[in-house]
Amino acid sequence: MAAVMHGVLLAATATGHASLVDWGTFVVAAAIVLSGAIGVVVARNPVHSALMLVMTLFGIAVLFVLQRDDFLAAVQVIVYAGAIVVLFLFVIMFLGVDRDENIATEPLRGQRPLAVALVALGVTGLLLLGEVSKWTTGALSVAGSTDSSTSNVAQLGTSVYTTYLFPFEVTSALLVIAVVGAVALARRPPAVVTAPDPDDELVDESAPAAADAHQEVTP
Amino acid sequence: MSPLLAALPSLLGTDDPLFNGGVDWVVFLIVLIKVLVVFGALMVSVMLMIWFERKVISDMQSRIGPNRAGPFGIMQTLADGLKLFFKEDLLPERADRIVFKLAPYLTIIPAFLAFAIVPIGGEVTIAHHTFELQLADPPMGILFLLAMSSIGVYGVMLAGWSSGSKYPLLGSVRASAQMISYEAALGMTVVMVVLITGSLTTRDIVNGQALHLWQWNAIRLGIIPFVIFFIAIVAETNRPPFDLVEADSELVGGFVTEYSSIRFALFFLSEFMNTITMSAITVTLFFGGPDGPAPHIPHTQWLWPILWFLGKTIVFLFVFVWLRAALPRLRYDQLMDLGWKRLIPLSLGWLLIVAGFVIDGWWGLAMTATVVVASVLITRSFLIGSEREETRAILPQVGLRLWNRPDVPTASSPAGSVSSPTEGDDA
Repeated sequence: MAAVMHGVLLAATATGHASLVDWGTFVVAAAIVLSGAIGVVVARNPVHSALMLVMTLFGIAVLFVLQRDDFLAAVQVIVYAGAIVVLFLFVIMFLGVDRDENIATEPLRGQRPLAVALVALGVTGLLLLGEVSKWTTGALSVAGSTDSSTSNVAQLGTSVYTTYLFPFEVTSALLVIAVVGAVALARRPPAVVTAPDPDDELVDESAPAAADAHQEVTP
Repeated sequence: MSPLLAALPSLLGTDDPLFNGGVDWVVFLIVLIKVLVVFGALMVSVMLMIWFERKVISDMQSRIGPNRAGPFGIMQTLADGLKLFFKEDLLPERADRIVFKLAPYLTIIPAFLAFAIVPIGGEVTIAHHTFELQLADPPMGILFLLAMSSIGVYGVMLAGWSSGSKYPLLGSVRASAQMISYEAALGMTVVMVVLITGSLTTRDIVNGQALHLWQWNAIRLGIIPFVIFFIAIVAETNRPPFDLVEADSELVGGFVTEYSSIRFALFFLSEFMNTITMSAITVTLFFGGPDGPAPHIPHTQWLWPILWFLGKTIVFLFVFVWLRAALPRLRYDQLMDLGWKRLIPLSLGWLLIVAGFVIDGWWGLAMTATVVVASVLITRSFLIGSEREETRAILPQVGLRLWNRPDVPTASSPAGSVSSPTEGDDA
């Protein structure tokens, strides 16, 4: 935490303006990010967890603005908060799993101590790397410095469509493949409209909508 | 000057990203006044908009409409607002208390914020400070609108879910699907405007359309993007004929069924505010914003852009009302059909053509040819595919295998009378 803060302050001073407002904004945004992240894990209701996730994403967008990257901030809100979490909520509501869970019971034995240990390990590793090695260079970005008069949208676009064109295109191809795969897997043969057997009809009526997914079909 | 005001510049920092350029206390004061004026103007215009809508609708239906409170019934909204304030505030027993109270504010705050980027007029000089008649001109510009409209979905969704009853939940599930579907087409048309302007900020978009009628983006981009954009924003604001979220004839009141009193009022405030904002954004993106001829009368040069802006916005507000009076509500499948199978492919193809013409004429023609050939081929493949599917000549192989696996439950399919039909042939 201290190292991250130090890094941000360093980045701010690198452009020559570490003001009180920058510092205050960072503290507030970091508090929002962290409390949201903790809330995602602790909240008992999946919908509340999703809302906490939105809060975290908003805090990160504010941090992007603080780094003078308005474009990433806007995209963060549009894509993550505006589309992905809405889809999460859609699925949660649609499947009807939006009930409070008892978080006292562990689904997997020993899961919780393991999670705490892993998080602690990860954070220590990150902080150690930041302090000891040259892993954090203090450079603001790889696409070019953001303090010049040209807009950072233009800089981002130039580097995405020249230097990083191949990874960019591969990523988009990956997404298309994932979508096609999902459609192919989820697709069922179309229903045939025939006069159903009385037995079949009984079976179908006993399966109310999609709520009871574990219904076995008697042949 | 009080010491606090004198200390403001150092407190605010020198390059706060929200203020472009240096900040001293006069600038701060101007921004504060702008915020207050925009807030007040928006509230008053919402009041007038509700009255306007009721009057126009009643004219179109040969009724008289509100005519008691004030001249021409213009105070009717105020009276209704007061009445709503004094109603009992109900909280359903099965509601999720926190989210239920939070949801109205989640709708109204984005509706307010989105108006901040609309350029209302030209440049004005007061006390040697020249500033633009626009609340904020952030570098992310029009993306801010998209961000706010995607946040606005949460209010509607959570309102329906947190009510803890069936009709609101159905309304909110519809809302999320509808808004996400039409956001894609909306974003695509905004990309076209940004492409032809070469900048994201709304001020640049307006300046790029100045002086000539044929410079307006609606004409430069060839009408179609404007039509797609307008359909998409009607769907985004949940206005008729896309008001499936409320759908009072099928869902009682949709997502607002359980709301009463001031929270109910907040939802309708934000709906009308969204209508006004979206009309203003349409004017900004496609019709030159405050651009228009100004007669040479001294000391009124600042006024004409504002009048032009207001006039154009009122035209679109009227169109919103007109659509409500003229069109029946779409069915849910028609809504999805229009969004995914018509608007999104059309806007994608048009985007390719616009991008081609931005490079040069030959690229544009090549792109046009590509889009035409590709759309003919894709349409043909769809036709053949659906024909074969009807005659059951082809079936998706992966789905077929899953279908016949004994461990995959088949009764979970939502269609009522589906039984596993191909069991005999393949297994």
